[in-house]
Amino acid sequence: MKFANIMSTGGEWLRGEGPHHQIVISSRVRLARNLKQRAFPGWAKKAERTQILELIKPRVEELPEMQDSFSELLQDLSALEKQVLVERHLISREHAAKSVGSAVIMNRRQTLSIMINEEDHLRMQSIRSGLQLKSAFKLVDKVDSTLEGKLDFAYDARLGYLTACPTNVGTGMRASAMLHLPGLVLSEMINQVIQAVNKIGLAVRGLYGEGTEAMGNLFQISNQTTLGEKEDEIVNRLSKVIETIIEKEHDARQMLIQKKSNTLWDQIGRAYGVLTFAHAMTSKEALNLLSIIKLGVDLGAFPEDRRLPIDELFIDTQPAHLQKSSQQKLNAEERDHLRAQIIRERLRAFPKPDISKVAKESENGSNPEPPTNE
Amino acid sequence: MLCDVCKCNDATVFLTQILEGKMQKVNLCDACSKEKGVQDPTGFALADLLLGIGAAEEIEKGAPSQKCPICGFTQADFKKTGRLGCSVCYVTFAEGLGSLLKAMHKGTEHVGKLPQRAHREIELDDRMRSLAEDLEKAVAEENYENAAALRDKIKQLEHEKAV
Repeated sequence: MKFANIMSTGGEWLRGEGPHHQIVISSRVRLARNLKQRAFPGWAKKAERTQILELIKPRVEELPEMQDSFSELLQDLSALEKQVLVERHLISREHAAKSVGSAVIMNRRQTLSIMINEEDHLRMQSIRSGLQLKSAFKLVDKVDSTLEGKLDFAYDARLGYLTACPTNVGTGMRASAMLHLPGLVLSEMINQVIQAVNKIGLAVRGLYGEGTEAMGNLFQISNQTTLGEKEDEIVNRLSKVIETIIEKEHDARQMLIQKKSNTLWDQIGRAYGVLTFAHAMTSKEALNLLSIIKLGVDLGAFPEDRRLPIDELFIDTQPAHLQKSSQQKLNAEERDHLRAQIIRERLRAFPKPDISKVAKESENGSNPEPPTNE
Repeated sequence: MLCDVCKCNDATVFLTQILEGKMQKVNLCDACSKEKGVQDPTGFALADLLLGIGAAEEIEKGAPSQKCPICGFTQADFKKTGRLGCSVCYVTFAEGLGSLLKAMHKGTEHVGKLPQRAHREIELDDRMRSLAEDLEKAVAEENYENAAALRDKIKQLEHEKAV
């Protein structure tokens, strides 16, 4: 598979059809594994790193899950292509900085991506749309079980899987979900939620993981610890917490409709106005405004069939996607113009927000999203 | 700035303490500061806060040139990067890592998945350990016939494990 194919196919999770997909954008589970008695990527010399890569790569490529896969050495990808993969959460920011001795392999559906020689020899990640942590874990667990028959993984009977950073030792697992929480942000309850989540040993991060800013009202929630708890216990605990946050988000939205409707309609109207008429827009502003329009779709102010174009804009307006689709490298100012232009074009036939529909739905007390069991 | 203890998260708590006229600064992340009870300023000493690093210095004192036999990694490298050199480092620096792991995780022992072959190895180890105990007993009781049989069994298991 060529890189162009990745660009043209959105990837399954981007279509957003999983359970609770209005609020949970995606669920991801990654496992870290290393080979026995070999230096970890950060400590290995280039020659050893390359050796390890040559040992692991064919084993990954021959996985049944990786038929018709995209497999590339990091030095063969341009900076822009790497950034596109980062924006799709298919590789980490850290991996994008790697070159000789590292590789990435992913399946066509873009539900499984395996990084070789990131911080650990193997970082295997499964990504699904909506709240599907269990099925994401199942897929990556299966891949791990196949690979352990072919590769000698480092483990210790007492400490479990051994990883470059002691914070990952044990299960080597990080399970996370990306949540869209405009209701909690607008009602100023988000900090309370973040503090509560932190208190029970889970981490809350911004859009691109550790040390990144929360933009577009998007938050990543993940397990903090990896030792002393079974994989399925971690996944269950995290899923339960996320289900509670989903409830809180719905409550916050109802509260906004009932008590702060003027603020809410003002926000949606302004977002619509700026997105449809602006001629320059940073990616941060775009994300924040698109988030409000997405909320508008969730609440019924825009027709349901307008959901996909908005979801697509979330990713297509990111800096690397923008430049890749325009086939040229652009400076920040040019990017901001192009971004505004693309948004204007895609929203050309977008109907105006219809507030009357929202009020009706809330009066009926209908839940915009029926609870789904994973 | 990274947390001095886990070296993974961003530091959000910055502490300064003057001990015997010497100023020490520690930067901690939210999780580590809570773990160390930083909220209660009377109950901690900066030295204890530096668990991992403190332990590292202890090891350095004991064996200043201690190096991982497989990858040549030293305790000083760990202090610098917050990452280990290879899987064997977990054995080499086990002493210092123990308290560090305890501080950053929920438990101290792995209870989740292990590779299939690990289960076989652990089972073999258990059987060998119990046979070794029986052997010791047999020798003590001067039951040499039994002891010889036990010794052969252990040898066989050792061979199985090596395969």
